[in-house]
Amino acid sequence: MSAAELALFLSVFLACAVEAVEALTIVLAVGVTRGWSSALAGVGAAVAVLAAVVGALGPALTELPIDVLRLTIGGLLLVFGLQWLRKAILRAAGLKAIHDEQAAFDQETAQARAAGHRHAGFDGYSFTIAFKGVLLEGLEVAFIVLTFGANQHHVGIAAAAAGLAVAMVLTAGIAARAPLARVPENTMKFAVGVMLTSFGMFWGAEGAGAGWPAGDAALLVIIPVLAAASIAMVRRLQGAARAAGEPA
Amino acid sequence: MKGLLAVWEFIAGDDWRTALGVVLALAITALIATTSVAAWWVMPLAVLGLLGLSLRRSSL
Repeated sequence: MSAAELALFLSVFLACAVEAVEALTIVLAVGVTRGWSSALAGVGAAVAVLAAVVGALGPALTELPIDVLRLTIGGLLLVFGLQWLRKAILRAAGLKAIHDEQAAFDQETAQARAAGHRHAGFDGYSFTIAFKGVLLEGLEVAFIVLTFGANQHHVGIAAAAAGLAVAMVLTAGIAARAPLARVPENTMKFAVGVMLTSFGMFWGAEGAGAGWPAGDAALLVIIPVLAAASIAMVRRLQGAARAAGEPA
Repeated sequence: MKGLLAVWEFIAGDDWRTALGVVLALAITALIATTSVAAWWVMPLAVLGLLGLSLRRSSL
């Protein structure tokens, strides 16, 4: 596996693991509170929709000319990655609430209990909440799998990384029978934001016709430099918040 | 129309200025790439600038 393929695998794996942890919390909350059959049916329906999206768009994307693909996907990935990175920096600086799986689980559980009595058989509430939760979290993963995979013509590697992440999170969730509150989710999101933005920058510039010094090896400079700059931005925001007398 | 808005919201989120900045930076890169001058440096500068501005807007 080349360095670029390894980076692709790691990026998709981390992004997918984070989203899978969040989806697991939602499904666990409705499953534990209201029963499993309708919740799992919702999960199955969402996975089927996501598989259809990846199956339909994946082959179509790989048919595009490489420069068009890199420019389009680089731009999309950059816009998407900058969002992840901005939120991760704000969380790390203490200016945005850190995602807490236990708190999310407690909130979902309370809402599931307040949603009224469950009829025997199919439970529409459980199905809908599980379906929406898995679909919304999964769409971000599908986007990352498609963009990374199609651009490097390795949808298979991206799909394998996503599958492995889901399997690991699912196994840990079944073993713990509780939300995975100890997963360093916010750190993982920070890393994913750096990776998405770095690859978006690299591919976008190549698609626009620019050549990077040292070719693919430029990524070995881009990723650590962006990570260091992002950490410096966290420190600066923390300092500014302290100077303004706000908690950081 | 509703579908397109949902896709836009999914990709660009709440910060349309950053999305616009990325498009402009890519266009400038493409323009410079047609000359004999190296164009790779535009995107790193643009990304750091856009990220800084976006953080400034979010933290004010």
